[in-house]
This record gives sequence, structure tokens and C-alpha cells, in this order.
Amino acid sequence: MKLKFSCLGWIAAGLLLLAPLVLATAAGGSADAPSVTADHSKFEVLQKPFANGPEVTKACLSCHTEASRQVMKTLHWSWSFEHPQTGQQLGKRKVVNAFCGTVASNEPRCTSCHAGYDWVDMNQPPPDDENKVDCLVCHDTTGTYKKWPTAAGHPLYEPKQQGGKLHLPPDLNKVAQNVGMPGRGNCGSCHFYGGGADNVKHGDLSSALVSPNHGIDVHMDKDGLDFSCTACHVSHGHQWAGSRYAVHASDPEGTGKPGLRRDVATCESCHGTAPHPNGSLKGIKLNGHVDRIACQTCHIPTFAKGGVATKTRWDWSTAGKLRDGKPYHEEGYVQGDGKHLHTYMSKKGDFEYGEDVVPYYAWFDGQVEYTLPDDKIDPQQVVEINHFEGSADDPDARIWPFKRMLGRQAYDSVNNTLVYSHVWGPDTDSAFWSNFDWHKAISAGMQAAGQPFSGEYGFVDTHMYWPITHMVAPKNEALACDSCHAKDGRLEGVEGVYLPGRDRHGWLDRIALIAIGLLLLGIGVHVLVRILFGKRGEH
Amino acid sequence: MATRLVMIYSRFERFWHWTQMALIMLLMFSGFGMRGLHDLLPFDKAVMLHTVAALALVLLWLFAIFWHLTTGNWRHYVPSTRGLLAVVRFYAWGNLKGERHPYRKAYWRKHNAPQALTYLGLKLVLFPAVWLSGIAYLGYPLWDHLGGASGALSWVALVHVIAAFAILAFVIIHVYLLTLGGPLREHVAPMINGFDKVDLSAEEEAYLQRDEPGHIR
Repeated sequence: MKLKFSCLGWIAAGLLLLAPLVLATAAGGSADAPSVTADHSKFEVLQKPFANGPEVTKACLSCHTEASRQVMKTLHWSWSFEHPQTGQQLGKRKVVNAFCGTVASNEPRCTSCHAGYDWVDMNQPPPDDENKVDCLVCHDTTGTYKKWPTAAGHPLYEPKQQGGKLHLPPDLNKVAQNVGMPGRGNCGSCHFYGGGADNVKHGDLSSALVSPNHGIDVHMDKDGLDFSCTACHVSHGHQWAGSRYAVHASDPEGTGKPGLRRDVATCESCHGTAPHPNGSLKGIKLNGHVDRIACQTCHIPTFAKGGVATKTRWDWSTAGKLRDGKPYHEEGYVQGDGKHLHTYMSKKGDFEYGEDVVPYYAWFDGQVEYTLPDDKIDPQQVVEINHFEGSADDPDARIWPFKRMLGRQAYDSVNNTLVYSHVWGPDTDSAFWSNFDWHKAISAGMQAAGQPFSGEYGFVDTHMYWPITHMVAPKNEALACDSCHAKDGRLEGVEGVYLPGRDRHGWLDRIALIAIGLLLLGIGVHVLVRILFGKRGEH
Repeated sequence: MATRLVMIYSRFERFWHWTQMALIMLLMFSGFGMRGLHDLLPFDKAVMLHTVAALALVLLWLFAIFWHLTTGNWRHYVPSTRGLLAVVRFYAWGNLKGERHPYRKAYWRKHNAPQALTYLGLKLVLFPAVWLSGIAYLGYPLWDHLGGASGALSWVALVHVIAAFAILAFVIIHVYLLTLGGPLREHVAPMINGFDKVDLSAEEEAYLQRDEPGHIR
């Protein structure tokens, strides 16, 4: 008895001691957590001037010996992804999107977001040099390290005058001595600006998430949980959980006990597979939905929040118009935070934007297929730049929210294929953004990618789908039942399910109501007959 | 043979009847709301009301079934043709001529023939149809992983709604018939105070007066 009691005592004491640690971990940890055991400003190898990024990387590797090799195995480095289900060769090296188009032939501009330095030819793999991995873009905590837009991943090393503004190079020495775990701003420096500007591509990833309030994202709320991206996108050896090519569209496993998997970024991996309180009928009913409805569908009622718009339509076919022989632009859209956005650019064509956008909903099994430049397209139809499978009959599929990007972009009108186009290249005579000649731009792009080009081109309407999973709203803003369980609700176009409130057997209701009407009419007639001809019975 | 006021609707039977009435009204109101036939309730409130009312009704039915079986009251619903035509004839035109209702309640036969048949149909066909389809509907999360579940749900809903409309028709006729063959108040009173005019045999009368004096007036 005494032994038992003392054991319990130890366990209780242990739990009490562990509790603050567990709580601190559960709260996501903070930047000044005392768990960091190294002060990088004290490392001699970092106390010297650095001429360029690769020199810093070399210093990093003198301690973190395996870091570069780890990074070089990831998508952040390879930009190449062989889809495990479809076998398609994807990744930025290969795919065509509905935005800027393609990386090939525009390398130094596009590879400004490569997690390394000096990748200048998409026909070659990224440089096989450990020092060419960019540690700082992810690990800088000063916010001063910025990859220059057209320098193949390098920051500025000399002051540069551009657009009437003097841009100063980062102090690499200071940056190197102030490295830490990636914050939202690190990931965001590329992921928020895909497609050339803030929130152009994703819709649910914008600079509004650098310092968001509770209404913009409950997890990243700067005054609340203050999650960094890596709180969910957990890493193992620089390999991150989360993919847009092979998504966990449904996660029946839920939370892992200690020692179990830590390699998923699904909602369920923290919230479990029955996230609503089972103590109420409503909670039980909602938990009955999670196998078919992605969490995101109800809990992200709109995206592009916080005053930063997302591009919803990009029409390349109008690009190239000049005024007085010169390119021009129009700024016809003012977004929520007051910034003026281009609605026409000679370089890029017409744009449309949206804020607080209601998503497009569809069954999604997580497997995304792309229309690659090797694939034949039907120019009479809207071309799906990417598409996905999934239906009500597929247990792996759930109804997901998407940003549906509308595009109109160039294609080879003889071969009926999408094309690579050479848009950026101040020094070439074929880049579209300097020469405004599609024929030259496509010829150069296709040549760079090693693809055939017939010489004839046209423009085709396209759709591109982006699964929405960020900007989770406070729970009181989650969709209500009748957002979907209603005529003309959000799931109006989603097929394969009997959705009470939306679906009904219209003929049955009509027949039944007519029958009830006839019954009432019959009673009315009967009452009339009683009044006119009836005699009061003696009782 | 004497016609006396006798307690034929016991306290439980009256409680069952009126509670069931209230629950069916709530179920109709919330159910037709979910169906989109009116929009007086938001969908989630309608679902909650419908679910709670349905579970309460299921519980009530469990008690009622037990009561029918243990008290022997099920015998009132055994189909019979005795007086069937006379009652049908009365409802068809006899009532228009001010005739007296032909049926005389007996102590162990408190419903007339078409009435007993109707209630039997209600209890053996419509209520089970709405109950079973409703439970299948409510328990959808338990079988939604089976192949073709969503298509099957559409059929479940179909049965449920057909039964609901049929019950609505019953309610309308049920209420209207109360106005025939005498004042409404007189027809409703037995289901409130339990007493109705019943033809008693001398033995029944003697038994009630001696052993159940509170059940006879």
C-alpha cells in the first residue's frame, strides 16, 4: 500500500513537472524559448565578413554538416516531383500554370524563389554544390535578408537603384549571426508572393499572415496561438509535411500518440477525427460529416482575407498593347488595405481580383494531375491546367474548397499543346516583356524547354485549382448548416450525394401537396353541403 | 343494458395521445422546414428540434407498446367488420341528414370498425414506416461507408416523406371527423377527462360500480 502510494506520488510529481513543458510545447513554443542551446553570434566561423550567400552556407555547413544534403533531397530544392499515384513528372521545373506560365527560359527571375543560388537552366538539375543551398532565406530572423527578384536566388551584394528607390544589400554577417527557426515571414517571402506579387497565386497565403489577427487565421493569430508555418508543416530532416500535388484529402488516422507519425499537416493530425464535442447532438451530427466534408470547407468560409486580394483571372491574350509605342499599365483595383493593383499591364494582359472570396467546392481525393506541355488539349473547351479525381463513391475523397483561377493563355494552335513562353529576359530579343512578340517568346520558351512549336499560336481559356487550407476562421464564423443544406447553397453543384435541404423529390412534394389540397377541398365541399342541406342531429 | 359515462381513456392513454400529438406537430413543422416547404426555422434548429422530438416520440412509443401489450388494450384494435358499413354509410351521408352516429361504444370495444381499422393501419404501417426510415436517416453516419449509401439515403428520405404526408392527411381527416355527428367539444372531451358514453351490460355495470367506482359516473 505504501509502495503503491509513493509510486503514485512520483507519477503525480512527474506530471506536475512535465505539465508546463507540455503546455509550452502545445502552445507552439515562442521564439525566445530557452530551449535554444546555441547563440550563433558567439560562433567564430560567423564572425567575419561574407562576400555572398554561398560563403555563409559554407560556414553553416562547418557545423550543420548534413543540412545541405538534406535540403537537396527536397522539393524546395529539386522543383521536381514524380507523382507516386499517377507517375506524372511534376514540380516547377515541368508544370505550366495559369499565372506567369513556366520557369523554363525565365530562370533567373523565377529561381529567385529557389532555396539555393545560381540555378539558371531548368534543363539541368539544380547545382550539385552544397554551398549553393540558401540557408538564410528560411533561417534569417532579422527580416533583412531578401533574395533579389532577378538574381537566380542571390540577395543584393551592392546597393542598387531601381524604380526610383535605393535598395541596400543585407548585412550578411549580422544575418548569419541571427539565424533561428523559420517564421511566417521566412516561408512567406516566397509562398506569399508566388505569381509575382502578394497573394496572386494561392488566395489563402498572403502577407496578411505575417502578423494576422484572430479573424484572419485562428492558428497564426499574433495575439493568440501565433503558430509558425512549421507548427503544422512539421519537418524531418528538412523534409516538410504538406503537398499540393499529393494531398491528404482525408485523414482517417487523426492524432498520433507519442512515437507515432509526425509527418502530416492535416487538421486531423492535431484535432483528431471527431473534432466537434460529442456531448451535444449538434457535435455528433457535425462529427458525422468529417468523413465526407473537409474541415476546410466549413471552417474557411472565405479566403483572401485581411485586405490582400488574390488574382482571380489573368487574360494573357490582351497583353502587348502599347501606347505611343510604349508599354503601359492601369491600376483599376483598390484592395482592402488601400493598395492599388494593376488591372492591365502591357506585359501581362488583363487581371481581375477578389477578396473574401467564396471558394469553389468539389470532391477531391488529393491526387492532382496536370496538363503538361506534352499533353494534347481541346482548345474548344476550357483547359484544366490541373485537375483532380474524387467522387462520393471514393472513400478517400472529401468535399474541398478551392480557389478556381480563370486564365486565358497561349497555346500551340497546330499541335494543340500548352506552351512554354519566354517572358523575362532584358537582354534577349525574344522575351515578351521587352519585345511584346508572342511568336518570338513562345519559340524561345519551347526551344529552351526542348519542346516542338508549330509556329502558330492562339489563346485558350483555362482553369487552375488551388486547394484552400489556410486562413481558418474563428468557429463562430464557420459555415452554418443552411450554407449547404439549402436550395442554391454552397454545394449546389456537388453531385453524388443526397443532401437534405438541397435535394428533394420534387415530383413527390408536388403530388403530395396536390393530394393534401384535394383533401382540404373535399372537406370544404363537405362542410358546404352540411351547411346547405344538413339537419342538426338530435343527440 | 345501460349507457353510462365510463372511464375508457386511462390517464396514460390520454398522456400518450396528447404528447404524441404535440410531438407529431413539432416533427411536421420542423420536417417540412428541412424539406424546404417553409423557411420559418434555420436548418440547424430544424434538425435539432426534429431529432429531439423524434427521440422523445420513440421513447413514448416504447412505453405505449409496452402499455398496449401489458394492459390488453391492443384488443381494441383487432380488425372487425361489425358495424363497418353502418359507420361508413353514416360518414358518407347519414351525418348530412342529421342521423345519429350508429356506433355504440362497448366497454372492450371503444372504437368503431373503420376507426379501429384506421388506427391499426396507422400503428402497423405508417408509424413503423416513418419510424424505421427516420431511424435509418438519423443513423446515416453508421452506414454511410457502405457502397451506394448516398443513393440509399435518397430512398430512405422518400419513404420518410411519403409517410409524413400520409400522416398529415390522417391528422386532417382525424380532426375533421371530430366535427361530425355532434359538437366538437363533446367529441374531444373523452380524450381530456377520459369518460365517454359506453353501453354496459348489467354485469359490467355492476363490476364497475363495485370494484372501480371512480371509473363510472
